[in-house]
Order: sequence, then C-alpha cells, then structure tokens
Amino acid sequence: MIEKALKGKPAYWMWLAILGVFVAIGAVCYLRQFVYGLGLTGMGRDISWGLYISQFTFLVGVAAGGLMLVLPYYVHDYKAFGRITILGEFLAIAAILMCLMFIMADLGQPLRGLNMILHPTPNSMLFWDMVVLLGYLTLNIICGWVILTAERKQVKPPKWVYIFVYISIPFAVSIHTVTAMLYCGLPGRHFWLTAITAPRFLASAFAAGPALIVLACLIMKRVANFDAGKEAISKITTIIMYATIINGFFVLLEFFVGYYSQIPGHMHSLEYLFFGLEHHGETYNNLVPFMWTFVLFCLGGLGLLAYGKIKDKLSDGLVGAACAMIFLGLYLDKGLGFVLGGLVVNPLNQVVEYYPTANEIGITLGIWAAGFFVLTLLYKIALGVEHEVEG
Amino acid sequence: MDKQRRKFLKIAGATALAGVSAPAVVKLTSTPSFASSGQEAAADAGQSDGHGEKAPTGIRYGMVIDMRKLYGNQELIDKAIDACHTVHNVPHFDNKQNEIKWIWKTPFANAFVEHSSYHSSKITTDNDFAVLCNHCDNPPCVRVCPTKATFQMENGIVAMDYHRCIGCRFCMMGCPYGARSFNWFNPRDHIETYNPDFPTRTRGVVEKCNFCAERLPLGKEPACVEALKDSRALVFGDLNDPHSEIRQVLDKEPTIQRKPSLGTKPSIFYIV
Repeated sequence: MIEKALKGKPAYWMWLAILGVFVAIGAVCYLRQFVYGLGLTGMGRDISWGLYISQFTFLVGVAAGGLMLVLPYYVHDYKAFGRITILGEFLAIAAILMCLMFIMADLGQPLRGLNMILHPTPNSMLFWDMVVLLGYLTLNIICGWVILTAERKQVKPPKWVYIFVYISIPFAVSIHTVTAMLYCGLPGRHFWLTAITAPRFLASAFAAGPALIVLACLIMKRVANFDAGKEAISKITTIIMYATIINGFFVLLEFFVGYYSQIPGHMHSLEYLFFGLEHHGETYNNLVPFMWTFVLFCLGGLGLLAYGKIKDKLSDGLVGAACAMIFLGLYLDKGLGFVLGGLVVNPLNQVVEYYPTANEIGITLGIWAAGFFVLTLLYKIALGVEHEVEG
Repeated sequence: MDKQRRKFLKIAGATALAGVSAPAVVKLTSTPSFASSGQEAAADAGQSDGHGEKAPTGIRYGMVIDMRKLYGNQELIDKAIDACHTVHNVPHFDNKQNEIKWIWKTPFANAFVEHSSYHSSKITTDNDFAVLCNHCDNPPCVRVCPTKATFQMENGIVAMDYHRCIGCRFCMMGCPYGARSFNWFNPRDHIETYNPDFPTRTRGVVEKCNFCAERLPLGKEPACVEALKDSRALVFGDLNDPHSEIRQVLDKEPTIQRKPSLGTKPSIFYIV
C-alpha cells in the first residue's frame, strides 16, 4: 500500500517539500541543541519545562481525539463515520510520533532514553506515560493497517483485529489521563494540583482532535476529491461543540475554586494567564493576549457552528473557520497556557517568565512539520485505497 | 513458499519484541522493593496511621539551622555556600536562568512561603535564610523519577546517580522546595576551583545537595557544617538517635520546617 504515497499531483509534492524544509531546519536546530545542550532553549532553573513538553501535552490530546470517531463507529455502529475512522487512527499515529519526538527533544541526555526501559520505575507517572503511549501507537498501527488492507481487498477485516480496536478505546482515554497525572500529582504546584486536570484534558482533546480531522477532511475534499459526507461532518461538529463547552465549563470551575477560596496559590496562575500577575511592583503578563485569544476563538467557533446548525447553513467555509478557531484556541489553552501558567510562580514564590528561543522554536516547528509529513503520507495512502476501491 | 516466509517473519518479529521488552519484565518481577521497603516495614510494625510519626528504624540524617547564630552574620552563610560548592565542583553561572546551587540564601518570605510574613520581625526581614535540599523522608522527587536516578539511601539521604539521569527534569517539577538544578550547559567549563576528590557532572543531568554522602563514611561532617563549626549554627546528625546532638537541640528548641503541610517530612529544621 505504501506505493500510494509515491504517486501524486504536483501540489502534493510541493506540500511535502515545504514540510521537508521545516523538518530540515528543525533537524539543524536540534543538532545545535544536541551539541551545545538545552542551554540553547529559553528554559531555566525555574521554568524547567517549556515549549517541548507543552506541545507534547497538547498532542497527546490530539492523538486521543481520534476516539470520538472510533467509538461511535465501532461501539454504536454509527455508519456515517465509516469512511473517516481510519483518519482518526492515522492522526493518532502521527500525533504520538510527534509526542515522542518532543519528549526526546526535551531530554538532557537523549542517548540515555532507554534507561526508562532498562530501569522501569512503576511509581513514576512518566514510566506509565511511556507504556500507554507506545501501546496506543502500536494499537493504532495494527488497527489502521489491517482494516485498510481489508478494505482494499474488499473483504471484512479479520475478527481478531476488533479485539485491538476495542482495547484501543480505553487506551485513548488512558494516554491523556496518564499525561494529566504527570502534572496533577505534584505537591507544591497549585495550578496543576487539581483532580479536574484529567477530565479537562480529555474534554479539550475530544474537541481539538476531531477539529483537526474536520479540517483535514475539508482540505482533502478540495484537493483530493474525497468527501467525508455531510452527515459525518455535521455529527463531528456536534461532538466538537459539546467537548469545547465542557472544557470551558471546567475552566470556569477553576476560576471559581481559585477566586472564591481566595487561596493565593490557586489564583496566581489564573491571574498571570488572564489578567497579568503583579509581584513586587512588576506585572507579568506575557501570556494574557494568548489566553484571551483562546477564549475568543472558542466562543467564536462555538458561535459559528451554532449559527450554522440553527439556520441549517453548515457550509464548508463556516465549518472550516469554526474548527480552525477551536483547534487554535485549545492549542493556546493547553499547548501554551497550562504548562507555562503552572510554572510561572516557582516553589520559592518568585515569578519568572519564559520566552522560547529561536532555536527552540525551530525544533518545535520541525517536529510539527515532521508530524504533518507523516500524516500527509498516511492520509494519501488511506485516500488512495478508497479511490481504488471506488474507482 | 510465501506462507513460510510469512511465518518466519512473524516468529522473528515476536522474538525481537520479546527481546526488547525482556529487561523490563525481568526487572519488574525480580525486584521486590520498588517502593521504599524500609518505610513499609515500619508501617507493618504497627504505627501505620497517617498522623503520628512512624516508629524510627535505622539512621535518618537531618540538620538544624540555628538562624539566631546567622542573624547579622550573613557572611557565615556565604562561607557555607563556598565550602559546599567548592567541595562538590558546583559550576558557577552568572545568570539566574542557568544557575546551579546546592545551598543558597533567600529571604524568609521565599524560604517559608506557607508562613505569614505580615508584620514579621525586623530581624527576619533583614536577614537571609540558608536553604538546601530537605532530604525529605517522603520525597516527591524520588517518587516521580522515571529511572530511579534519584533515590533514597538507607540513612535517609536523597541521592542522585548522575550516570543514570536522563535529564527529563521531572524531579524539578516534583520538588516543592526548588532544591534542584539542571546542567543546561557543560558544567566543566564553569568550575572555578576543581576538586579532584569529587566527580564533576556532565551536561544534561540534574544535581542537588547530597548531604555530603561521600564525606560521611570518611568520618567527616558535611562541608557546610564543618565550615561553620565555630559558630555552631548548623547541627548535623541522626534524627533517630535520641542521644545525638541534633536530637538534644530538637528536644530543647522550638523549630519550624519548610512547607510541612505537603507531607514530604523534611529533615531540615530551622530555629528562627
């Protein structure tokens, strides 16, 4: 099936070439970091996790988001998702590969990475995160590939693969739950130390992941003659809306707990993220514009989708704009605000802001480009098979 | 023919997978004690409820910092810092971002963020406090480390294996005292006076105070304690030994600890 990825229109090759350039830039930046050390990043003694780990956290959610297609189709036999569940599975593969690359980019001693396996430590949540991420990656490779092969041969997928499909459902939940547990079990980190972290992660994942799939469907409709179907898109947008609303609800609960209890540690991060934190006469507010963009984009996206649904005018343009806004909004919330907001006040009550360096951003863009490169190849294969079967 | 090839590939794949995961499985099943076994034993001995302190077993090193002797004598803290950082080849960086410190000075409000600084006495606002790793009895850094690169020794010291650390910095997230530093650059270029008796670190690993675990077996006190010997501002010893000097001090003087509500059970005590 791999040969499907080797034939394409010039636009396809152009797109891959553009991604390739970013991958190359990222590789050069990484080489620099590998030689000089993580000192080339904007991280430091106080903000010792930065862009890499926050991207990782967000992308675990994108990977888990595919569940919103797999679950209705396989558990509820919702036929309209038949054509696109494979997109959810392949997105999960690309997203987890990005996660693993971000983890490797973040390690101070990447060559010792195998110590995680040679010295397994079950009391560390990072160990379990590795276990569930590798498990979910394997499950998606197996399910995606076997089901696509069966489709190509126009036979029913073998029965055994359904076992893996059903296992992958709790696994999708587990990857984001365990990722949340990296944060929410740490004493002395007030913003993270809340039981709502995992549910909030899942809610935003179940909006962001499907939003990206809808965007991919709309793009492929224009450039690759692939139609996911009106019903499928309409149903996914409903799921996205509910998940976005639930995420917003959880954010508001955080505000209530912080500001009603008046416990300083519970207010500081929210204050820094949304209003700017005053500390010894200085105001720290470098993330405020991003967080309000998150709020506006989520509300805007919800408004657009609601308008489209009420007036029955769910055009591609409107859905695309709404999904792009929600995806970007949730990215700012979790891929930026969550990790950095939790670190802004250090354990000694000093406030330190974080600015990523150009080299760090280069690596980050490179990894995103590498992920989209893989995603493009996988989607090309999936579409190639669908066209072959239909044509 | 083709079927045989497929079968061979399947077996080869399964074997490779088993080979890769074998060390993990063997490790997981062969080590009975990935939790701190000493603590478990104490719990079995009967004092398992979460409130009172557990029955002490073995040695547990701790330190009392008598700030009364350091008020107005802040240069003594600098002396302790210098002694520690020289003995342990701690690199010096000028900027706060890349800074590495095992023991350092900080105002009361930063050292004791859970205590009120409202109308605090002039003497506490005018003086800095010495802070270092608390060598917690229930250390979050050990709990979160994915490779056991940081671990608790039998004498209570929370130690580091610089050769195993992968530099994920999860321990820095877990530590509620900000006691850990990461080597963002090659530390060997930034060591001012090199001490050949203690290993230097490599780039990309975390480090922190080790309570001079390398000096104790030689019958020496920790470097900071030794440096302030005359002032008797730092008292080091076994918290479980009722006759030790540190216990005499603790039995007599009221002391406080940093962030006691987190349940980490620090081994550093302050007389304010």
